[in-house]
Amino acid sequence: MSQIWLIPAFPLLGFLLNGFLGKFFGTRFVSFVGPMSIGLAFLQSVVLFFEMLRTEGHRIIENLYTWMAAGSFQVNISFQVDELSGLYLLIITGVGFLIHVYSIGYMKGESGYYRFFAYLNLFVFFMLILVLGDSFLLMFVGWEGVGLCSYLLIGYYFEKHSAAEACKKAFLFNRVGDFGVLSAVLLIFLSIGSLEFNTVNAQAAAQFEYGGVLVTVITLLLFLGATGKSAQIPLYVWLPDAMEGPTPVSALIHAATMVTAGLYMVARLSHLFMLAPVTMNVIAVVGTVTALLAATIAITQTDIKRVLAYSTVSQLGYMFLAMGVGAFTAGIFHVMTHAFFKALLFLGSGSVIHAMHHEQDMMRMGALRKKLPITYLTMMAGTLAIAGIPFFSGFFSKDEILWKAFSSPLGGGVFWALGFLTAGLTSFYMFRMMYLTFHGNSRVDSHLQSHLHESPWSMTGPLMILAVLSIFGGFFGVPHALHFLPNGMELYFHDFFAKLPGEAHGSVDTEIMLMILSVVLALFGWFWARRMYSGSLEAARRLGASWRTLYDLSLNKWYVDEIYQALIVTPGRLLSTHLLWQAFDKNVIDRSVNGSGVISRGAGGLIRGLQDGVMQTYALIFAIGTLTVIWYIF
Amino acid sequence: MLTLFYIFAAISIICAFGVLFMRNPIHCALMLVGTFFCLGGIYVMLNAEFVAVIQVLVYAGAIMVLFLFVLMLLSNNEPSQVAVKWDAAKMLAVIITGGIFIQVASIFSDSALTLGEKGNYPLEKIEEIGSITLIGQLLFTEYVLPFEIISILLLVAVIGAVVIAKRRFN
Amino acid sequence: MIPLTHILILSALLFSIGVLGVMLRRNVIVIFMSIELMLNAVNLSFIGFARSLDSMTGVVFIFFIIVVAAAEAVVGLSIILAIYRTRKSLNIDDFNLLKW
Repeated sequence: MSQIWLIPAFPLLGFLLNGFLGKFFGTRFVSFVGPMSIGLAFLQSVVLFFEMLRTEGHRIIENLYTWMAAGSFQVNISFQVDELSGLYLLIITGVGFLIHVYSIGYMKGESGYYRFFAYLNLFVFFMLILVLGDSFLLMFVGWEGVGLCSYLLIGYYFEKHSAAEACKKAFLFNRVGDFGVLSAVLLIFLSIGSLEFNTVNAQAAAQFEYGGVLVTVITLLLFLGATGKSAQIPLYVWLPDAMEGPTPVSALIHAATMVTAGLYMVARLSHLFMLAPVTMNVIAVVGTVTALLAATIAITQTDIKRVLAYSTVSQLGYMFLAMGVGAFTAGIFHVMTHAFFKALLFLGSGSVIHAMHHEQDMMRMGALRKKLPITYLTMMAGTLAIAGIPFFSGFFSKDEILWKAFSSPLGGGVFWALGFLTAGLTSFYMFRMMYLTFHGNSRVDSHLQSHLHESPWSMTGPLMILAVLSIFGGFFGVPHALHFLPNGMELYFHDFFAKLPGEAHGSVDTEIMLMILSVVLALFGWFWARRMYSGSLEAARRLGASWRTLYDLSLNKWYVDEIYQALIVTPGRLLSTHLLWQAFDKNVIDRSVNGSGVISRGAGGLIRGLQDGVMQTYALIFAIGTLTVIWYIF
Repeated sequence: MLTLFYIFAAISIICAFGVLFMRNPIHCALMLVGTFFCLGGIYVMLNAEFVAVIQVLVYAGAIMVLFLFVLMLLSNNEPSQVAVKWDAAKMLAVIITGGIFIQVASIFSDSALTLGEKGNYPLEKIEEIGSITLIGQLLFTEYVLPFEIISILLLVAVIGAVVIAKRRFN
Repeated sequence: MIPLTHILILSALLFSIGVLGVMLRRNVIVIFMSIELMLNAVNLSFIGFARSLDSMTGVVFIFFIIVVAAAEAVVGLSIILAIYRTRKSLNIDDFNLLKW
């Protein structure tokens, strides 16, 4: 049997080599070791993927050693490859490899080049641990590790104040989520007694009553962790700020892999979540609202990476909506297609930024398509995918989600309506981004004009590969209604996830009709964006001026950050300053420590009085001693 | 016999209290001499005549005379001061000493007090040999070592006293 | 025959008075005299025990005590003389160098 442990071992080796020897051996060494380690991991993942498909039950488990055994509690380090983790392995290592290759060109000339690749390799290592672990504890090791690497990579330009703030923010919000996960793990251990996923899933129905309080609390806590990691309301605010990191980081961590960790966890524990319909409802609602909220913010942003960041939050909302209505397969399908086109979009925007010498404001771009043709074409492919234009990958996955939101027994028309509206907004702001950047009149600074050139092959190569995947990747999961291909995704995951209670409602005709409606809306969004942004921007400005209040609210992200600052940060700081520091630390603790000194000095002073030099005092003490001795002896 | 003992005991106690409470130190010394005489009387009643004589000769005769010499040499500047200056520590001292006395007295009056083994010289034997002869015999045979040592002690004490009290002639 | 307990109680009483004298009086020579009183009280108890146990050890021992008392009185008084030369006082409160 093949070795599963090799898959995370390659990136770990890459981290060690790059981290410790990268400085000495130079750029060439790092450029080779970094991507190569991920490439080898990808090859091993492919081997194991096919082996898993050949295995009975579609699951390979490899037990490395016993981590801790205390009484009845035993945790092993063991990796498992099954349908869910196999797919994730391919995505992580495949897209990760492409991004590593891209980084060779993007990060060229940066100081700390070796540090970047070391951290990136470490990140892939931890992400692989996360998806390969067969128990909560091992997954949590990976969970924390990717949070750590996210912090390190967002803060890559650590001399910049905004970057330092952003990485702290990311880590802190992650931490809040981690509290939820840990509490849930504790409760699961108390009620089931084991932390292995397979055991928990198998015994969940027996141990928890359907809709009971305990299972609802556990799943809500787990979902809290997922909102932290996967940037949903209320813990999403770190993701837009995380754009301070280099663009490949945004592509890998904040588009394709880390933010999907929360979704992985929910999908992995589908049997557990199915037992708590309240939580499922909460997940679906939070996902929908987040998707809509992020989309409303994205339509006014001018930083190209911010648009993509909010787009990521919005698309993650879609995936959670899918999870919440029980369409786990559709959710994971969208994870896959989103990894393709979002990584493509981020890498493409990185190419633009690279050509523009790190200018990120779209208002200073325009008419770049002649200068950056490959970037333009590949990004167009990604945009068509995300907007849901038919036969591109995003169309299949997003429509599957919308249909399931409508038809599932846990879903409803409202979910579909809000998702539909969000899809329209998505199409609009994505094409807005394209037109502002690549079409229209050039607003580029004059001294940059002459320097504009297409990116090197190390950057455009991955772009092209991802474009192909974005265009054709959707054919894995063609919905049943359009039966020109079987639905590969459903065949792949056929019995993996928990079954929905109750029947789906809605017919094939309804599905086709909803599909046509969303295509029409997407095209409408495209045309409107084209009207507003492909020529002069006058119409857009007038529209913004006439809806002043809403425009400001959207541009300022609905002031969510400011609300958090006022409600949580400032009271917390006041509390700790006035209560904990002044009242408690200074008055109580310092006083008691000083008090012990004062007491010793006082006692010493008292006892000093016994030695006063007058002989009769000493004689008195003799007599007291004598009396005591006589009394005791007799 | 017993009444005589009580009389001597009473007088010795009164003289001892006199030592304690007399203002003039010379009066204290004289009271102490009185105590010694009474104790000597009691020794005679206990068939220890030689000890009684030695007590009067050495203690009352030599040591107390030495005390009186030193007193007269030194204490001519503080004639009339109160004997005891009472304060809290001194009260405590009285209480503690009273406690000691009560403890010891109760131990001694306990009838279950066991004594050591009887010695070899009952009264008849002493009268047969003669008490001084006996003491001499014991001093120079059984207790000769302590005897020699205290003679050296005396020598050292005399030399030491002369050295310490000598006036330095610079 | 004088009962032992009487002698012992008398001895204890004289001893306590001697202790009181050491602790209460301020004249250093009177303190010395009280110490002599204490030694005498012990002498008395020795004689008492010697009589009731038919032993001569107590009697012989008294000699040693008397000699030691003499030696001690001699040396002590010479020390007081030496200190008196500087302090010019016989008050025990002035002999307070033991403080350091």
